[in-house]
Amino acid sequence: MESEPKKETEVAPALIAVHPDQSSVAVAVGPHLRVFDLLAGSAASLIDDSDAVPFHKDNIRAIRFGASGKLLVSAGDDKTVKVWSTQSWRCITTVSSEKRVTAVAVSNDGTFVCFADKFGLVWVVDLDPPLRDKKPAPLLSHYCSIITSLEFSPDGRFILSADRDFKIRVTNFPNKPLNGAHQIQSFCLGHTEFVSCLAFIQSQECPQGLLVSGSGDSTVRLWDITSGALLDTCEVAIKAGLLESNGKAEEHGHAVTDLCTIQDGLLVAVAIQSLQGIVLLNCNVSAQTLSLAKVVSVAGEAFVPTCLGSSSSTGKLWMVTGVSNLPGCNNPSLARVRVISGIDVKQEPVVLEDDNIPGREKLLETLQGTASVDDNVFLAAAEAVKAAMCNLLIKKQYPSENREYRKKSRNDRKLKG
Amino acid sequence: MSETEVNPTISKSTGLPRKRFYRARAHSNPLSDSHFPVPISPSHVDYSLHYPQLFPSSGQADSSKKIQFADVGCGFGGLLISLSTLFPETLMIGMELRDKVTEYVKERILSLRVANPGKYQNVSVVRTNSMKYIPNYFEKGQLSKMFFLFPDPHFKEKNHRRRVISPFLLDEYAYVLEVGGIIYTITDVEELGDWMKSCLENHPMFEALTEKELEADPVVKLLCSATEEGQKVARNGGQTFQAVFRRIAPSDQTS
Repeated sequence: MESEPKKETEVAPALIAVHPDQSSVAVAVGPHLRVFDLLAGSAASLIDDSDAVPFHKDNIRAIRFGASGKLLVSAGDDKTVKVWSTQSWRCITTVSSEKRVTAVAVSNDGTFVCFADKFGLVWVVDLDPPLRDKKPAPLLSHYCSIITSLEFSPDGRFILSADRDFKIRVTNFPNKPLNGAHQIQSFCLGHTEFVSCLAFIQSQECPQGLLVSGSGDSTVRLWDITSGALLDTCEVAIKAGLLESNGKAEEHGHAVTDLCTIQDGLLVAVAIQSLQGIVLLNCNVSAQTLSLAKVVSVAGEAFVPTCLGSSSSTGKLWMVTGVSNLPGCNNPSLARVRVISGIDVKQEPVVLEDDNIPGREKLLETLQGTASVDDNVFLAAAEAVKAAMCNLLIKKQYPSENREYRKKSRNDRKLKG
Repeated sequence: MSETEVNPTISKSTGLPRKRFYRARAHSNPLSDSHFPVPISPSHVDYSLHYPQLFPSSGQADSSKKIQFADVGCGFGGLLISLSTLFPETLMIGMELRDKVTEYVKERILSLRVANPGKYQNVSVVRTNSMKYIPNYFEKGQLSKMFFLFPDPHFKEKNHRRRVISPFLLDEYAYVLEVGGIIYTITDVEELGDWMKSCLENHPMFEALTEKELEADPVVKLLCSATEEGQKVARNGGQTFQAVFRRIAPSDQTS
């Protein structure tokens, strides 16, 4: 048998999260969590005096602001979930997970933090009373599947979990979630590849929200979560010109990687593997349809966003591209931040120059680690992230030719005598 | 002479498939991503494939008749065959992970349909991993009965999470079962019997049937006697442990 391959540190995409009031922006690359305080105009100093694991020791896989911006949650491969106060920037709670964490969500009132692990389990932690170390309770499970996204519905009634087996599960979030969430409301089934991201569209006409999801099948879909009904499908990769409309079903590499709703959800920004920029979609709430609004390209540099963020009603979309541990690269943490403003049904979106973004150079220095970036390396970064995502989430197809060869070490196949 | 003429896989006298040609390991790895087709959603399940006489064309979407019984881990199909004639108006399906065993059940049903015109048209089998794909086959509240007969005990504690009855999977079974629907479990492994009973007792959406209700249900008697596994246990004088529960609406909607 071949010897075990040397364990390499995994390539992880850069992440971005924006405070609901846009008072701060956070970027995570590898184990580094960087926050820029836009009100103060300087980097926020994070304080973590946890005994067990101060700061993160391995790739951060999820960050988000919660509870109307009072909390920032970060979690990842070091099997911890950290909850930070956005007033003091102090880590108020560290939760240990048995497995690597792939997604986090915060209940609307900030009482509960939910996180999902690589084996399909979703856990819940009660933040009240605030304690330094918390033990999580199991909430629900997607059997042997990787959970890619967790979201609470806008009215807080449901918790949604999406997985790599093409499913989205909508579960009633109970009054006592520590006893588990057993009542499934619906399954949103229709994607033909892993589901990668979820977001909610809210409007006056639809206060309980419509769900949008992005997937490895290169589509964005619109759902009614109460019934699980698929309302509309938008083939974004085809619309963005990345794929032919009769493209081979087997062709991968145009997965939707992230989604973000802007302007109270009338617009949805979509990031797709291989697209240097984003696709903007319109949602018609009464007709329950999605349509292409615009493709916004980032000119002048290779920029394939790995993560998107926005604060409602500023009309600005924040994007980051980057990766940790890129093979052959000196810098273990690469990140580049760009902002698109004017995302409005009435205006024309504009990709802002570095001087014009909120926080300007100081913000870029803090979040990117450096103000100026080497452009060439980001193409390689995008490829590395694409490969990592496919390896993780797409089922391997083993050819039937050498099946006997692969099974030869199985006990019941070994030659006797 | 060819191999199949000397040793036919289907017995010439009974017309039924011979088990020795469908020999399979007792276990199949439920964690591996086997490549069998999975319907994208319950509306994509092809009823004309499973029940050709009852659904002549594949456009079954509007039909009011849906599968109501599911035998999870149906093995060689013993229970399904008995249920088929006991409930001739009900559509039922077996779910089995092992390739060869599924083929055996398919052949068995086909042979029975030929030998008994008009009968066994309501039963079918599908090769699938029911621990991952049950919501793909059945809509909310679609099933009135679910069967888990002699499931794999997964003795080691670290493998308990692979058991087909678990607190988490019961959420999904509760989802596909209608309120009032029944879940039947039986095993000859006492520890597993205790485990399954305890999972069901602790789940807010299931309650145990009373002794009277168990007596009145004709299906309960079939649990021990109808399957090959059950008959083997009886032959060896073993004890069986059953847990039969009803799907209820949770007492407090959001508890």
